[in-house]
Amino acid sequence: MRIPPTLRGETEGAREVEARGGTVRELLDDLTARFPALRRQLLEDEELAPFVNVYVEGEDVRTREGLETAVDDGSTVILLPAMAGG
Amino acid sequence: MPTYRELLQAAKASVEEVDATRARELLDADDAPLLVDVRERDEWEQGRIPGAVLVPRGNLESRIENAAPDRSRPVLLYCASGARSAFAAKTLTDLGYDRAISLAGGYTDWQRNGFPTDLPRSLGPERTTRYSRHLLIPEVGEEGQLRLLDSRILLIGAGGLGSPAALYLAAAGVGTLGIIDADVVDETNLQRQIAHSRNSLGEPKTDSARRTIEALNPDVEVVPFRERLTSENIERILEPGWDVIVDGADNFPTRYLVNDASVWHDIPVVHGSIFRFEGQVTVFKPGDGPCYRCLFPQPPPAEMAPSCAEGGVLGVLPGVIGSIQTAEALKLALGIGDPLVGRLLLYDALSGEFEEMKLRKNPDCPVCGESPTITDYIDYVEFCAGVGH
Repeated sequence: MRIPPTLRGETEGAREVEARGGTVRELLDDLTARFPALRRQLLEDEELAPFVNVYVEGEDVRTREGLETAVDDGSTVILLPAMAGG
Repeated sequence: MPTYRELLQAAKASVEEVDATRARELLDADDAPLLVDVRERDEWEQGRIPGAVLVPRGNLESRIENAAPDRSRPVLLYCASGARSAFAAKTLTDLGYDRAISLAGGYTDWQRNGFPTDLPRSLGPERTTRYSRHLLIPEVGEEGQLRLLDSRILLIGAGGLGSPAALYLAAAGVGTLGIIDADVVDETNLQRQIAHSRNSLGEPKTDSARRTIEALNPDVEVVPFRERLTSENIERILEPGWDVIVDGADNFPTRYLVNDASVWHDIPVVHGSIFRFEGQVTVFKPGDGPCYRCLFPQPPPAEMAPSCAEGGVLGVLPGVIGSIQTAEALKLALGIGDPLVGRLLLYDALSGEFEEMKLRKNPDCPVCGESPTITDYIDYVEFCAGVGH
C-alpha cells in the first residue's frame, strides 16, 4: 500500500507498506493494526472518510464496491487524502 | 494586341461568374465550393470572407494544388472587385479544375451586401516574431495565438504553483491574467516562487507578479485582486468572465469555493497541489467530468489537515506541477488535445515517477450531482493560515 506523504508521520516515514487481506477493508484493518494512528485519518464510523480516496490498480474504490472491493495478490493500493498545498 | 480591358472581358466571358448573393447560397450549401481569396496578404489581413483560404494570384499556379488538391471540387475565387478572380478562374480551368467560379464584384460587393466577414485581424510583425515558435506549431498557428491573446485566465494564488503558471501563461501571450493573492512576498517564498525576487520583499504578491509579467510580455493585461477569496467577493471576481481557472491555492477553504463557483459558472479548473516531493494535477471541467467534491466531498477536519508550513516542499516541485497545470490551461484555451479531465496525474519527484488515477463523476456529488445539496458558497474554517504559500 502506498502511503501518501501527508500520512507518513504515522508510518514511521514508510512510503510503501505491505498489508494482507482480500478486500480493501481487510487491508486497512491490517495496516491500522500496525499503525493505529492511521485509523482516524482514513476511516469515519468504520467507513472510508469523505476526505480520503483509495485506488486499487488506478481505480477509485468508491466507484467499485467501496471497502468491500476485492484486491488481488500483489496489487498496488494507493491512499490519497486531499492535500491543499500550493 | 488586346488591351487590359479586352483581356479582362475575355476572361470574364470565358469563366462562370456569380454575384454575392449567389455566392453566399453556394457557400451555405452542403456541397460548398472551396473558397479561395486571391488578393495579396495585406488585403486579406484587413478582412475576408469566413472560411476562405489565401492563395495570392501571384502564387496561384504553384500553390493552388496544395490548397485545392481535388480538381473535381468546385472552387469559388474572389478578389477585391472581380477582376483578378476572373483571371484566376481562367487559370484554374486551364489547370484542369472542373468548375472555377469567380465572384463578380468581389469582396467589395460582398461587404456592400452586408454579408459576414472575418474580423480584420492578424498578429502584426512584432507579435509574429515574438510568438514565432507557437506559429510554427500547426495546432496553434496564427489563429491559435490570436485566441490566446483573447483568452482570460484566472490564477488562484501567486505562490509556488501560481508563479510558474503566471510566467508561462504570460510568455505564451494569454491576453488577460487575473491574479488573486492577499499575501506579501517574504524571504521563505523565494526558494520556489519564481515570479518574485529579493526586490519585491514586503510587496504584495499581486504587484510583484504584475511587474514580472509586464517585463516579460507587454501583450498581457494583469488584473490583480489583492484579497483572499471568500464567499463575499467570489461573484465580483468572477463577474468579468474567465475562460479557465488555474487553482494554485494553499488552503482547503479556497479550493472548495473555487470548485463550487466553477460548477455554477461552468468554468474549467486546472487543479494542482503539492506536498514535499509529491504533486497532483487534474482538470475539473463542468459537464465533462468530475468536480473536486466528486473526489473529496468535504475538506478534512482541521486537526487532520496537514499543515503546509510544517510539511515543506521541494522548491522545484511547484515548478513541475505548475508547469503541467499551465500546459493544461493552454490546451483548454486553445481547444486542443486531451485535457486531464477525469484523470489525476500524480508525480513523485523522489522516485521520478508519474502515475495516473481514473476519476469519475459522482452521481451523489453534493454540488455537481443529480440532486445537489450544496447550492450556496461555504466559507470553511481556515486551518492553514497562509503560511504555506
